[in-house]
Amino acid sequence: MKKSFRGLMLLAGVLVLLPLVLPNAYYYDVAIRVALNACVAIGLNLLIGYTGQISLGHAGFLGIGAYGSAILTGRFDWPPIAALLAAALATGALALLVARPILKLKGHYLAMATLGLGIILSIVIVNETAWTGGPDGMPVGGFGLSGWQIAGERAWYGVAAVLLMLVTVLALNLIDSPAGRALQAIHGSEVASRVSGVDTTAFKVRVFVLSAVLASVTGSLSAHYVGFLTPGVAGFFHSIELVTMVVVGGMASVFGSILGTAILTMLPQLLSAFEGWETLAFGVILMLTMIFLPRGLVPSLRLKLGRGKK
Amino acid sequence: MLSQFLQFLLSGVTVGATYALAAIGFTLIYNASGVINFAQGEFMALGGMAAVFLANAGVPLPLAIVLAVTVATAVGMLVEKLAIEPAGRAEVVTLIIITIGASLTIRGFMQVFLGKGSHALPPFSGEAPIAILGATLLPQSLWVIGVTGAVVLMLSWFFGRTLTGKAMLATSYNKLAAQLVGINTRFILLLSFGLAAALGAVGGILIAPVTYTSYDVGVMLGLKGFVAATLGGLGSGAGAVAGGLVLGVAEAMTAGYISSAYKDATPFVLILLILFFLPQGLFGKKATDRV
Amino acid sequence: MKMRTLIKAALAAATTLALGVAAAAEPIRIGSVLSVTGPAAFLGDPQLKTLELFVAKINSEGGVLGRKLELVHYDDGSEAAKANGFTKRLIENDKVDIILGGTSTGATMAMAALVEKAEVPFISFAGAVVIVEPTKKWMFKTPHTDRMAAEKVFDDMKKRGISRIGLLSETSGFGQSGRKETQAVAAKFGITLVADETYGPRDTDVTAQLTKIKNAPGVQAVFVFGLGQGPAVVTKNYAQLGMNLPHYESHGVASDEYKRLSGPAANGVRLPSPALLIADQLAATDPQQKIVAAYTKAYALRWKEQPSTFGGYAYDGLMIAVDAIQRAGSTDKGKVRDAIEQTKGLVGTSGVFSMTPTDHMGLSLAAFRMLEVKDGQWAVVK
Repeated sequence: MKKSFRGLMLLAGVLVLLPLVLPNAYYYDVAIRVALNACVAIGLNLLIGYTGQISLGHAGFLGIGAYGSAILTGRFDWPPIAALLAAALATGALALLVARPILKLKGHYLAMATLGLGIILSIVIVNETAWTGGPDGMPVGGFGLSGWQIAGERAWYGVAAVLLMLVTVLALNLIDSPAGRALQAIHGSEVASRVSGVDTTAFKVRVFVLSAVLASVTGSLSAHYVGFLTPGVAGFFHSIELVTMVVVGGMASVFGSILGTAILTMLPQLLSAFEGWETLAFGVILMLTMIFLPRGLVPSLRLKLGRGKK
Repeated sequence: MLSQFLQFLLSGVTVGATYALAAIGFTLIYNASGVINFAQGEFMALGGMAAVFLANAGVPLPLAIVLAVTVATAVGMLVEKLAIEPAGRAEVVTLIIITIGASLTIRGFMQVFLGKGSHALPPFSGEAPIAILGATLLPQSLWVIGVTGAVVLMLSWFFGRTLTGKAMLATSYNKLAAQLVGINTRFILLLSFGLAAALGAVGGILIAPVTYTSYDVGVMLGLKGFVAATLGGLGSGAGAVAGGLVLGVAEAMTAGYISSAYKDATPFVLILLILFFLPQGLFGKKATDRV
Repeated sequence: MKMRTLIKAALAAATTLALGVAAAAEPIRIGSVLSVTGPAAFLGDPQLKTLELFVAKINSEGGVLGRKLELVHYDDGSEAAKANGFTKRLIENDKVDIILGGTSTGATMAMAALVEKAEVPFISFAGAVVIVEPTKKWMFKTPHTDRMAAEKVFDDMKKRGISRIGLLSETSGFGQSGRKETQAVAAKFGITLVADETYGPRDTDVTAQLTKIKNAPGVQAVFVFGLGQGPAVVTKNYAQLGMNLPHYESHGVASDEYKRLSGPAANGVRLPSPALLIADQLAATDPQQKIVAAYTKAYALRWKEQPSTFGGYAYDGLMIAVDAIQRAGSTDKGKVRDAIEQTKGLVGTSGVFSMTPTDHMGLSLAAFRMLEVKDGQWAVVK
C-alpha cells in the first residue's frame, strides 16, 4: 500500500494547493471537468485495465445518470440527491441485466456489444423529446440539500476534488484487496483464474456494474454543474474519449487514469490555437502516444525510470 | 402494398450493398491481422473526396477514379506501415485507439485540405429511375449492387485460386504457421490494408453520385460497416456481405413499417440480439482459445 | 513520483502560457464560439469566415470608437458541452465585451445560463424560437426563427389551397425544433399533418420515409425540415420516386450547395429564404440590395466561394454588435445591451432589424422571401 499511499498524498497535495495557483473561474472549470472525468475514467480503468474487458459504450451509462437526474429534478421536482441515487440505481440495474450476456463475449464482439448498447441509449435520449428535450437538450437545475445549493466554481471544485479522492481511495483499496487480485488474474488469463477457483463471471459482472454506477453518479453531478445537457453526453464520441483517457493515461494504473484525463481534457483547450488543425493534431498525438507508449503514459514512464512493474 | 414493400426492399438492398463493401474491408484486415480498423470508413471518404477533387480539377472521370483508388490504397498501406506495424503485439484496446487515431488523422487531413463541404460525382449511367412493379431504383444503385457482387466473386477467386490469396488466408488462420512455411506475413499485412483501402475507396466512389461524399461521411459508414461485419461474423467474407444486406434491409423495413425515428437503432439492436444468441455472428467461425 | 509532479507542473505552465492573454482592455474584444468542425461545420465555417473577414475590414477602416476589434474565437466541434466550457473561458479568462455565436440551438442554450449570470450581451446565430421566447435579458439572435419558416411556408401553401401535408424532419436539433414549431402553428393555417416522418442527417437513402408519405391518405404536399446534405438526398429520392406533389423546404437549404447537390431534382422546390440568396435579383430600390450585394462581393473575393445565408447571420450579428457599441459610446456591457435592444432599422443580409424589449430577434415575416428553384436558379415567388 506504501507506493499508492505516496501517490494518494501527492494527489491530495495537488488538489489542495491548486486553488492557490488557479487565476480565474475558467481554470477552476477545467479543473472541475478533469476531476469529474477522472472519476469515470478510474471506474472504466477497473474494467478495461485491470479486468481486461472493453467498453465502447460507457457514455451511455453516464447519459442515464445525467438525464435521469435532470428529468427527475426538472420535471418531477425530486431533490437532487434522491434523483442522483435513483439514476445510479437504474444504471446499476441495467448494467446488471446486460452484464452477463455481454461479458460472455470476447474481444471485438464485446466491444461491438457495448458500442451497440451505448448508441441505443443515446438514440433513445435523442428521440424521446418530450422527456429529454431532444437534440437541442434541456437545462438542469443546481445541486444541493434542502435549501443550500452548491454555487460557484470554488464550491464545485471542492465537491469534485473530494469525489475524486474518494473514488481514488476506493479504487486503490479494491485493487489491493483479494477481489482486486482476482480481477488482475482474470486479465492475465481468464481460464487459468477459473481453474484456480475464481468466479470470473461474478467478478466481471461486479466490476462492470461498479464502473457503470460510477459513470452514472459522475454524469448526474456533471449535469448539475454545467447546467445544460445535450444528447452528445451519451454519444459514441464521448465513449471513445473516455476509453482514450484510460488507455493513454495507462491501463491498470489509477493515477494513470487521472493523468490521462487531465491531458485529454486540457488538450482541446491547448489545441484551440491550431484553428482547424485540431482533429489532425489530435489524431497524430493519439497514434504516436499509443505506438511509443503502448501501455499508457504512467506505466511506460514508470518502466523508463527503472521502477518497473511488479 | 406490394409496391411499397418492394420499394423498401430495393432501397434496403442498395444501402445494404454499401454496408457490405465497408464490411468486406473490415473483414479483410481482421483476417490478416486481428485488428479492427476503425479507419475503414475514412478510406471510403478518401476515395470519394479524392475522386471529386481530381474530377473538379479537370481529370476525366475514369482516370480520376483510378487515381483516387490508388491514393487510398497508398494511404492504407501507410497506415499499416506507420501505425499498426510499430505497435507490434499490443492489446486489442490499444490497437483500437491507434486505428481511431489514424481515422482522426485522415479525417483531419481531408478537412483541412479538401474542405468541409459535401460533394457529388456525376452518376455513372444517368439518373433516370428504373421502374420495377411500382417501385423505382436508380441506375447508380445497380452499379453499387453489381460492383459489390463482382468484388465478392473476385475475392473468392483471389482467395481460392491465387497463391497470394491463399497465403493471406493462411496468415489469418495461424500467423506463426504461415511464417514457418515461408509466407512473408509482413507483406501480407501490408497487402491486406492496401486491398481493404482500395475496396473502401471503390465503395465511397460508387455511392458518391447518390449519397454524396464529404470529409466526415466515413464516420457513420465505418460504424455501420463494423456492425455489418460483426453481424455476419468477423472473418467471414460471405458473412460480411450477408451482414451488410441484412442490415440495410432491416433498416429500411424499420423505417417503413415501424418508426423512422428509431431506424438508426436497428443495426445496434440487431447486433445485440445476434450476439446474445450467436456470439460468433451469423457465419463466424466458432472460436477456440488456446490456453 | 517526482517525474509525475514535474509533468503536471510543466503541463500547467504550458497551459498558462498558451491560454494566458493578459487583457490590456484597449481593443474591443468580441468573443465567439462557433461549430467550425463536426456535423454543424456546414453552418459554422462560413460564420467564422464572415467574422474574420469583416472584423479585419472594420479594423482597416479605423475600428469602432477609435479602438480596434479583436476576435477571440473557439471551435466547439458541434458539441454543446464544449460550447459551455469555451464560453466560460471567454467570460472569465479572455474577458470579452460581447459574445457572438452559438451556431446551433443546443450550443446557444448551453451558453445561455452563463451569459445571463455573467451579464454579457450575447447574439446567437441559431434558429430555434426558444432562444428568444421567453425573452431573456442578455440574449439576442439574428436568424429567422424556425416558427417563422413554418409560418411562411404554410402561408404559401394556403394560397395554393393545400391543407393536408406530410412532414419529413431531420433528427438534428434544427429539424426537431422545426418539427415542433410546424406542429404548433399548423392549425392556425388550417393545415393538417397526415404524415410525420424523420430521417438522420447522415442518411444515405430516405425512400422508405418518402414512400410512407406518398401513400398517406389525401396528402397534397411535402414539407422537409433539414440542413445541409440531408435535404439534397431527400430531393433526389423525391425525383427518383416520381413524386410530383409540391415540395417545400426550410431555410436550412437556403444555399447554393443545395442546388448543386440536388441537381435538376430541385426544380420546383419552394423555400423561405433571406434576401442574400437572390442578391443579384433585388431591385435597386430594395432596402437590402446594397448591403447584400456588398457582402456577396466581399465574401466571394476573400474566400473564393459563394456566400451562404448562414454566414449572413454572422454578418448581421457583427453589424448589430458594432452598431450598438457605437451608439452606446462604450463597451459597458449594460449600455451595449440596451443599445442592442434599441436597434431600429438596421439593414442586414437576413432583413431589416428592429428590436424591442419583447422582441430580441428583430425580423418580421416580410424579411423572408419565398423562393422557387426554376431551371436551376433561384426565382422569387410572386
